[in-house]
Amino acid sequence: MPEPTEITEPAVAAAVDAALAAIAAADDSAALKQVRAEHTGEKSPLAQLNALLRSVPNEQKAALGKLVGSARGRVNQAFAAREAEITAAEAEARLAAEAVDVTALPSRTTVGARHPLTLLQDRVAEIFTGMGWEIAEGPEVESEWFNFDALNFDPDHPARAMQDTFFIDPPEQHLVLRTHTSPVQVRSMLEREVPIYVLAPGRVYRTDEFDATHLPVFMQFEGLAIDRGLTMAHLKGTLDHFVKAVFGEEAKIRLRPSYFPFTEPSAELDFWHPTFKGGARWIEWGGCGMVHPNVLRSAGIDPEVYSGFAFGMGIERGIMLRNDVSDMREMVEGDIRFSQQFGMVV
Amino acid sequence: MRVPLSWLAEYVELVPGTTPEDVHAALVKVGLEEEEVHGFELQGPIVVGEVLDFVEEPQSNGKTIRWCQVRVAPEGETAADGGDAVHGIVCGARNFFAGDKVVVTLPGSVLPGPFPIAARKTYGHVSDGMIASARELGLGEDHDGILRLAELGIDAPVGSDAIELLGLNDAAVEINVTPDRGYAFSIRGVAREYAHATGAAFRDPVAQSAPADASGEAFPVVIADDAPIRGRVGSHVFATRIVRGVDPARPTPPWMVARLKLAGVRSLSLLIDITNYVMLEFGQPMHGYDLDTLVGGITVRRAREGETIETLDGKQRALHPEDLLITDEAGPIGIAGVMGGARTEMSDATKNVLIEAANFDTVSIARAARRHKLPSEASRRFERGVDPEIAAAAASRVAQLMVDLAGGTADPVGGLIDETPARERIALPDGYVSGLIGVEYTDAEIRDALAEIGARVEDAEGGLSVTPPSWRPDLTGKAELAEEVARLVGYHRIPSVLPVAPPGRGLTRAQRLRKRTADVLAAGGGTEVLAFPFVAEHDNALFGSVDGEPVASVRVANALDASRPFLRRSLLPGLVEIARRNLSRGLVDLELFELGLVFLPESGREYGTAELPAAGARPSDAELAALIDGIPPQPRHVAVLLTGDVVAKQPGQPAVPAGLVDVLDAVRRIALATGGEIEIVQGRHQAMHPGRTAELRLGGASIGFAGELHPAIAEAADLPRVVAVAELDLDALIEATDRTMEASPLGTHPAATQDLSLVVPVETPAAEVGAAVREGAGELLEALHLVDDYRGQGVAEGSKSLTFALRFRAADRTLTAAEASEAKLAGARLAAERFGAAIRD
Repeated sequence: MPEPTEITEPAVAAAVDAALAAIAAADDSAALKQVRAEHTGEKSPLAQLNALLRSVPNEQKAALGKLVGSARGRVNQAFAAREAEITAAEAEARLAAEAVDVTALPSRTTVGARHPLTLLQDRVAEIFTGMGWEIAEGPEVESEWFNFDALNFDPDHPARAMQDTFFIDPPEQHLVLRTHTSPVQVRSMLEREVPIYVLAPGRVYRTDEFDATHLPVFMQFEGLAIDRGLTMAHLKGTLDHFVKAVFGEEAKIRLRPSYFPFTEPSAELDFWHPTFKGGARWIEWGGCGMVHPNVLRSAGIDPEVYSGFAFGMGIERGIMLRNDVSDMREMVEGDIRFSQQFGMVV
Repeated sequence: MRVPLSWLAEYVELVPGTTPEDVHAALVKVGLEEEEVHGFELQGPIVVGEVLDFVEEPQSNGKTIRWCQVRVAPEGETAADGGDAVHGIVCGARNFFAGDKVVVTLPGSVLPGPFPIAARKTYGHVSDGMIASARELGLGEDHDGILRLAELGIDAPVGSDAIELLGLNDAAVEINVTPDRGYAFSIRGVAREYAHATGAAFRDPVAQSAPADASGEAFPVVIADDAPIRGRVGSHVFATRIVRGVDPARPTPPWMVARLKLAGVRSLSLLIDITNYVMLEFGQPMHGYDLDTLVGGITVRRAREGETIETLDGKQRALHPEDLLITDEAGPIGIAGVMGGARTEMSDATKNVLIEAANFDTVSIARAARRHKLPSEASRRFERGVDPEIAAAAASRVAQLMVDLAGGTADPVGGLIDETPARERIALPDGYVSGLIGVEYTDAEIRDALAEIGARVEDAEGGLSVTPPSWRPDLTGKAELAEEVARLVGYHRIPSVLPVAPPGRGLTRAQRLRKRTADVLAAGGGTEVLAFPFVAEHDNALFGSVDGEPVASVRVANALDASRPFLRRSLLPGLVEIARRNLSRGLVDLELFELGLVFLPESGREYGTAELPAAGARPSDAELAALIDGIPPQPRHVAVLLTGDVVAKQPGQPAVPAGLVDVLDAVRRIALATGGEIEIVQGRHQAMHPGRTAELRLGGASIGFAGELHPAIAEAADLPRVVAVAELDLDALIEATDRTMEASPLGTHPAATQDLSLVVPVETPAAEVGAAVREGAGELLEALHLVDDYRGQGVAEGSKSLTFALRFRAADRTLTAAEASEAKLAGARLAAERFGAAIRD
């Protein structure tokens, strides 16, 4: 385009038309930037026309100034509008280009899982701590005194053979792998002040062969309450509350007479499983009873003043019943698929 | 205990139509848990037949069969299977004669197996049924030939139902008898319990068997226990009875065979069957001696050193001075309450029998049965306690059966030594039972329940005075009496009342942090596993010892798996085994973790205690301290194992193989979960890669290791070459970090960031260089982390260039670049001083 030498309406109109055409023709921000330089930059016709204003006579300055000013205004406006259009279109295009298949994205973390047995153990502990109970623990290699004698197992009574015991070498030193978590109850009674409300979860050992329904190493939780005036009704109430928390409001407890050396009266406990696969029914889940006076005496608690109740259940059986696991071995083999079915929730 | 219903019905009213399931349901209410139902599992038509005649037909296979014509229904009538009154039957046995009455299983019947019987073509005939042997009927082991009714001494009309005739229509309920209820190992005891459960009338078999005249001495017997165990004399009761002129060859009547069989006892011979029958019925173990083999009188005494006996199972057994023996003048004739001796046992030549019904102490019998590994029907009853008042009646019952069934004559005079101490009374204070059970029982309910179980109830000051029945040695205190009342009235009466515990403190800090550790490891990709703690000696030698120094291990005396008798000192052998199991199942990308106890006895120390305090009273503080001190240390560890990829290959994402880096991250997660500041320093562990092992320290003390498994060990364990593992003492970590966090104020003035590259010898740990920089730079340095470890061109051989990114900030002003640089250089100077570090431009 030739350099204008004089401000005339046709010259201004031509410059504006050329600029508007170029702006309209620009289809990306780079082109628009180029257009801007050409049509509004220092060397552009409009800039040069504007520069000519300095040399026009004063009486024409206002009119010509207005002519050029309005022309520049129109061009700038068109430019801004086009710029907005292009920016929006380019942003749109970029987003479109950035789209991914969200179903094919990589995962940079591996999925882990807690073991359902420890999860259920934690859950049980929560229920009892929620009732004000505390969690007590003890060693797995234990003195026979805590595991048997203090629990009213006479050394020669067949009840001592009821629980097939792993003995620690040499047997004359009277150490065993605890056959239940009851020794923790004895320790609790010796260490704590009455009233005592404790839950003792943990691993226990019996010389059972390893098959679908028996494990030589398994997990139990046992509860113990010692207080003034505790009765079997309190035992039942505690267990009722517990099974409702684990199996739903419709769950409840039924007691059947039984025998354990450390409780008198003793009971097997059945609970009503309202959501059992195959239909609601009564299911056996452990033993319980009122703490035997001899056990209290062994722990230095006067049975004429205090009474107490105790109960014990197996965690594995809890998982079998609750989560429909049919083979206990799956719980202990460590196949990661087993725990990963559960993730962090049991 | 298996209880045939027909037998039970003799001593307690069973409503007609009562099923085994009904009996189970009743017994479970009083505490006898149901097990199985046992029956003969056969169905008719099975009838009495008469062999009219037969033809012997030799076969090409060398056998000779008999083609028999058997009358199975009276003449002119239709047989029970709808066929003719005479059936043609092929029989392989040849022990019968024309005219014999036999048992015929007609087509349509089913024998135990199950074996359905149908008419079938065999040996050129259609055999229209089968002539049965005792074994085929489920009655015994005898398969020498078919069962001839004449041999059993019974006769019945042709066509009559043989199932009923032989007692094969009976069934037995099996119940689980808890160790306190020895009396329930008898029909008598179960009948009584059934009466308790249902209110049905009980008829005591003991009351129906009059004891013999005990005014004289039937046979000389002396009880001379000169070494009672735990102060308990071995025997207080010894009843004898003599039956002369028995015919030992007579068959045991089928009803007795059937009942014994249902009760789980094999029929052996009439005389032995009778003693077993009465044991099952009364719960009193019985023994019969061949009177003519006894030498002089009987003495009950302890064994002498070096004595032996041949027991009736034909085994020679060395006796222990604690064994209680029955002896005659020629030596031992039985281990009391456990097993009789061979020399004096009843045989098929026995003419005269001495019956023994004795009561032996529970402890003596329990120990002897265990010592000789002879848990017998007799010892099972004695170790739980046998009613001491029924011996004479039981002896009479045996004598009477030997008279009735074996044709003997009983001497009218029986012997009875009875030195049973009087039973102690139990005081039952008013309100005790209701106060323990939580049910407001009436006075009448309590008295009635106790009377019903056979106790004598008398009024006493402030309550009742109760003498338990002789068959209940388990009732030793008022709590036991409370249970009797509760179970007879019914446990269903117990209400449900939730007790209010005093406010608790929730989980302990250690419990909380352990749970969090497990949660955090799982959230970081780990899968929790629970390995058995049983390991082999080499597992502990390798993983339980840092440098190969020998370590002590706890050993299980009666391990299930003889190759793994030790308890783990480390969690790693378990994780290695579980990793291998997963790999064998095609699961190759693994991050496993476990929280569990390890067992760390000290070398050269003996654990446990030789003596145990007496039960029933609180041990002294010293005794308790000794017990607790005798327990080997069992801290809780946490361990992690990784192999395979931590990030799988995916679109746009190459696989990231697991390694030391990842296991150290797991360690950092553990530190985070517990609030512990674990220091990671270069370390050595014999089970780990010598150049890729970190020792984990806490306050300067070692609490564990992290590293790659030594490749040789990984290879030996069939694992991939790179297996990263870590294990640390979680108890120690949690204990050491018990503190309350102190927060620092956050500076809000602008930060200045600078990098610092230092050249140091390659063996200098980066963490120590960083620590020197941190210390030298002082408090203006807010954060430092290593961004590069460069070796190669531009850095001298044997050196490396570590680049740290530093962030400086002042609490009270905007730092100038010069201040930041000055602090950085101060850090570099200290590093130079300590490690010869040179700034690399």
